[in-house]
Amino acid sequence: MLEQAFNGLVGGAFLALLALGLAVIFGMLGVVNFAHGAFYMLGAFGAYVLLDSYGVSFWVALVAVPLALGVAGVVLERLFVRRLTPLDPLYNFLFTFGLALILQDVVKRQYGVQSQPYPRPAGLDGSVNLGLFDYPAYQVFVLAVSLAVCAAVWVVLARTRLGMIVRAATERPELTRALGIDVGRWVTPVFGFGIALAGLAGVLAAPMRAVNPLMGGDLIVTVFAVVVIGGLGSIFGSVAAGFGIGLVSALGNLYVPALSQTLVFILMAAVLLWRPAGLFGREDAPA
Amino acid sequence: MEVLGKAVALTATCALLAACGGGPGGGGGKISDDKIVLAVLNDQSGVYADLSGKSSVTAVEMAVADWKARLGDDAVTTDIEVVSVDHQNKPDIANSKAQELYDRQRADVILDVPTSSAALAVANVAKSKKKIFMDVGAATTALEGEQCNKYTFHYGYNTYMLANGTGATVTRDGAKNWYLVYPDYAFGQDMEASFTDAVKGAGGSIVRSDPAPFPNDNFSTFLLKAPGLSPKPQVIGTMQAGGDLVNLVKQYNEYKLRDKGIGLAVGLMFITDIHSLGPDALAGTKFTDAWYWNATPENRAWADEFQAKAGKRPSFPNAANYSAATQYLDAVQRAGTDGSDAVVEELEGHAFTDVFAKNGTIRPEDHLLTHDVSLAQVKPKSEVTEPWDYEKILSTIPAAEAFQPVSPDCSMG
Repeated sequence: MLEQAFNGLVGGAFLALLALGLAVIFGMLGVVNFAHGAFYMLGAFGAYVLLDSYGVSFWVALVAVPLALGVAGVVLERLFVRRLTPLDPLYNFLFTFGLALILQDVVKRQYGVQSQPYPRPAGLDGSVNLGLFDYPAYQVFVLAVSLAVCAAVWVVLARTRLGMIVRAATERPELTRALGIDVGRWVTPVFGFGIALAGLAGVLAAPMRAVNPLMGGDLIVTVFAVVVIGGLGSIFGSVAAGFGIGLVSALGNLYVPALSQTLVFILMAAVLLWRPAGLFGREDAPA
Repeated sequence: MEVLGKAVALTATCALLAACGGGPGGGGGKISDDKIVLAVLNDQSGVYADLSGKSSVTAVEMAVADWKARLGDDAVTTDIEVVSVDHQNKPDIANSKAQELYDRQRADVILDVPTSSAALAVANVAKSKKKIFMDVGAATTALEGEQCNKYTFHYGYNTYMLANGTGATVTRDGAKNWYLVYPDYAFGQDMEASFTDAVKGAGGSIVRSDPAPFPNDNFSTFLLKAPGLSPKPQVIGTMQAGGDLVNLVKQYNEYKLRDKGIGLAVGLMFITDIHSLGPDALAGTKFTDAWYWNATPENRAWADEFQAKAGKRPSFPNAANYSAATQYLDAVQRAGTDGSDAVVEELEGHAFTDVFAKNGTIRPEDHLLTHDVSLAQVKPKSEVTEPWDYEKILSTIPAAEAFQPVSPDCSMG
């Protein structure tokens, strides 16, 4: 039971990282990034290609791949997203959706749909004794990284000037601008950061999940549900909902396996009925 | 007289269906449009694209070239075309593409069609158009059961064969208690039922059986639960396929269940799956294989030829498509026409051995191809001597035992 709960948190770690990226992007830009799953997939493929073709280890990939994807995110924002933001939100919706399909098919063309092999990183092969039970070391590592990243983001948001600007811009963009803060300056890096988070989740997923072009598309639906449950644009909400949903689906699998597929969406419907803006969303938030 | 009668009837049918299209251009009036069209309808972009897809189109093209070379001037026609279409594993697309292939592209036979629901849709089209359909890629026994029909053939494997081979053998080898995990859709449910029967039939028991979401990337709940079940299962039987299977096996290894005395048996595994996971992830896993490229020198010779064209070692659906195309062309040759009824008559009861089917027989009662299949085991990496050298053949399951008896639900009508 405890082991299962822990296991749910590990599953939730991926959801939280992805949801966090989606939430910061949505908060800052008002863009629902449908390509998020594709960047998660690119993260995993980046790790695979680096190892397979260049012998670059998991540890280097863990830093290099998110950085590279973050830069790609910056370029993407400058070249395309920025031009579409002033228009109807539908344009960015269509753009990111189309981008996801293109990325997925490019990878499919190159590597096929079959999953690619990726070994666990050396040093994290064994298991760790967590007091009550033994647990695979790699999964403990995933959970730790995810928690650390979420905590770091929280510290940045809560304690720094940059965080204050981002929070202010997220909640009241016009008012923030009116106060003379250059919100636009921060839009690009925040977008890149959100993409980098998706890449990080992808690299973390490579050793324990199937690395194939469809991996992002399959997961992203759940992540959207997580973001909606947490409250669109609510950064704390998305992280909390990520871990919460991980936990709920693990326990759901345990007790009512037949329902596990729908459980997340039942929960989402219930939350929306009870709190239309999500658990941590603000009722009057422009969502 | 008999032959003449047939030819007259055929010409009449031809005229009625307007299937003779271009008119009597050449002398070979017995071949519609003076040419034979083989259509490969399969998944060229989704989960089954790598194990069959375009590489099976290559296999069918090889079959045509080899057939022409073998028959030379004796061939009933040398004008043979291979066309291919992506059905995206969707039954509605498969349905409309099959109609288009038979009507507009003048396909004489449709081959492959993975995904059971899509295959059943095409079987219906074949029945109503009275055109031949030889399914390779789908596993459902409904094709030769309640949904069988005169123009549909099932070629290569099915859920019964997979479950019976793996389930019964592993149980007899001592793993009496099973924990089954299956994807919650038609194929998974079929497999679960077949496995349960096979395991119980061999004296084992199912401790528990859990449906998992499909697709799913996190199987840890099921895997963590396994050691705590009572009685403790000796083996986890997974019915997952493709990416889901890869996920499950990676996580099975994460939790080191093999060290905890819980083995792994896989319902449906293709050689491409072993390739994705790396042999060590699956070392020791037993499964039923319809065909393995390195099982005999003959298979290997064919695999070399295939690799020269497709750039990789063949999966069993590749070989099965090659065989189905060859057997179809041979049947046309024997019948002297590509008229469906005459070809069906030639295929029914035909017994043969070729590179894919050893001791193959096309059962006249339900149009299922029965042939010898193998119980295989994945080699550890230390024993792998060349790329794609992943399997050790443990035993041969003879054709008569490998497949189910003719189902009473099938009536050809």
